[in-house]
Amino acid sequence: MTREEIIEKGQVVYKKPTLLNDTPMHYCPGCSHGVVHKLVAEVVEEMGMTEKTIAISPVGCAVFAYKYIDVDWQEAAHGRAPALASATKRLWPDRLVFTYQGDGDLACIGTAETIHALNRAENITIIFINNAIYGMTGGQMAPTTLLGMKTATCPYGREVSLHGYPLKITELAANLDGTCYVTRQSVHSVAAINRAKKAIRKAFEYSMQGKGSNLVEIVSTCNSGWKMSPEKANKWMEENMFAFYHLGDLKDTGADK
Amino acid sequence: MARMKGATVVDTERCKGCNLCVVACPLDVLALTGKEVNRKGYNFAHEVLSDTCTGCASCATVCPDGCITVYRLKTE
Amino acid sequence: MKGNEAIAHAAIRCGCDGYFGYPITPQSEVLETLAEQKPWETTGMVVLQAESEVSSINMVYGGASTGKKVMTSSSSPGVSLMQEGISYMAGAELPALIVNVMRGGPGLGTIQPSQSDYFQACKGGGHGDYHLIVLAPASVQEMADFVDLAFTLAFRYRNPAMILADGAIGQMMEKLVLPPFKPRRTEEEIIKECPWATTGRVGGRKPNIITSLELRSEEMEIINLRIQAKYREIEEKEVRYEEFMLDDAEYAIVAFGSAARIAKKSIEIARSQGIKVGLLRPITLWPFPTKEIQTLASRVKGILSLEINAGQMVEDIRLAVEGAVPVRHFGRLGGIIPDPDEVVDVLKRSF
Repeated sequence: MTREEIIEKGQVVYKKPTLLNDTPMHYCPGCSHGVVHKLVAEVVEEMGMTEKTIAISPVGCAVFAYKYIDVDWQEAAHGRAPALASATKRLWPDRLVFTYQGDGDLACIGTAETIHALNRAENITIIFINNAIYGMTGGQMAPTTLLGMKTATCPYGREVSLHGYPLKITELAANLDGTCYVTRQSVHSVAAINRAKKAIRKAFEYSMQGKGSNLVEIVSTCNSGWKMSPEKANKWMEENMFAFYHLGDLKDTGADK
Repeated sequence: MARMKGATVVDTERCKGCNLCVVACPLDVLALTGKEVNRKGYNFAHEVLSDTCTGCASCATVCPDGCITVYRLKTE
Repeated sequence: MKGNEAIAHAAIRCGCDGYFGYPITPQSEVLETLAEQKPWETTGMVVLQAESEVSSINMVYGGASTGKKVMTSSSSPGVSLMQEGISYMAGAELPALIVNVMRGGPGLGTIQPSQSDYFQACKGGGHGDYHLIVLAPASVQEMADFVDLAFTLAFRYRNPAMILADGAIGQMMEKLVLPPFKPRRTEEEIIKECPWATTGRVGGRKPNIITSLELRSEEMEIINLRIQAKYREIEEKEVRYEEFMLDDAEYAIVAFGSAARIAKKSIEIARSQGIKVGLLRPITLWPFPTKEIQTLASRVKGILSLEINAGQMVEDIRLAVEGAVPVRHFGRLGGIIPDPDEVVDVLKRSF
């Protein structure tokens, strides 16, 4: 059996989701953003929400998310996406409203907007890409940068006496009464990607069921910022990031509500 | 015995040569080109052991750019 | 009814879809009145107290992005915090209403009335080349009437509009006739009237994107030029002002908002002493009545800009007059409202 025959007669077991359009993504080779974009596109498509989705993009690497996933998008100011999402969801309660934000945007400049939107139990989902660095501006220290990790603004490594501690904002979110589902996932392997997709689907469903706010953190790599190959970055993430940012569900009250 | 035969089609112009699909493939079906590059200057992924592919789609699942389409056919 | 309360009632009555705000003196009655009126139970209007002015304005940005009629209100320090969001809205060309009930600055300043945010309101305020449509009410009636007018202009030009009031108008109690009830637009109407809005890809249309970002310089220049052309059209068509006793006037006062009310009293006093003076009251501060003031300069001997600030609008008057007649400024600072008699003295001294 030739390759051509398999292609002609076989079934398609995987293809790029239709909602992820053909525009080449500006992300660096191997960037986790691409995988998460695919998952978001797949879930929106599979839920049949293409015509009812309003997404909010951040400032940071994902600022141009609106160019790649074919739903309606609002591009927010740095850190303010949860405020846009709060108003949008309240004004259009039957729409699927989610933000897509990085760690600098969500856990630093937008901490207030993040915490308060989550605690108001806004029926939205926040997709949080945590790669422990500012990617877009060239690899500076983020609130989530690990101790000892070198970045452009902590070139000798993050030190408590100079920079304080890395922020586990997802743990904070899990303690808020307004949150329904808080989970930390990753996309470094097939199994992890499948789990992350299920988490995004669950979060989107809860937000449509009016169960409160949902936060899906994706511990991610920034191989350019970390100055590693994509493969090495995945390994480094497994060894270092997961030791501090434990994977799994931190809270799931959706079934009780 | 029934066997799954698979095939991958890589959108080589979209591929950025990150190598994650090559690492993800359990059967070493894919590899990056050695010298050949696409219009953006990237080495790109392509099948080197096409007869081996089972169509598990691991490569396509991990591809950050959605470059890979996977087909599968049951054969006797 | 207080001016601030009038704003709240007018918002409910004009079919406003959402108010997002944060308490600050002297305008907290806007949010308080809305909370007390519970419009979410009647018209379905959303009312939300945000965690900051930064958040409020970005809620307005999000809401406006969906084609809904949304607004916020604040006072000077709070409006300073909002400037980032306002710039984004101007850049993304979003219709919305921002109410600034001004208090004296700089910094935390005072809670007493002031007009010292004229520059901020009329000259852009935030970063980038942009303008807001700025309406200056001089009575509680106008506080109510300008809500609907501001929304009308904002949607006509897809540009944020501002009601620039001050603590005196906000806190003042006057009789007024509330505008008639207008229903909120249905979702179908919004989708039809705002084909640009992010409402979800209803009917499978192409995605709508609300953004102020464009990294390609050539494209960004085109966007800027288009926005500038819109501003020229607004300047051409939307100038509003009031004339008071100008027919035989030898001198003119130009004043807006609270200062215009003082000016009217001063004019009465001055005329009783034989000084022929009248008032031109800009109602739109941007677009500014430049041509009208130019014409005025050709028939009076001098112009006094009466402002409750250190002299801001006077710059625009001088640009309009181009040195044809003397232009003077008088104002009080720190939250002090000028006394009509001292204005008459200034008139006598100045010309």
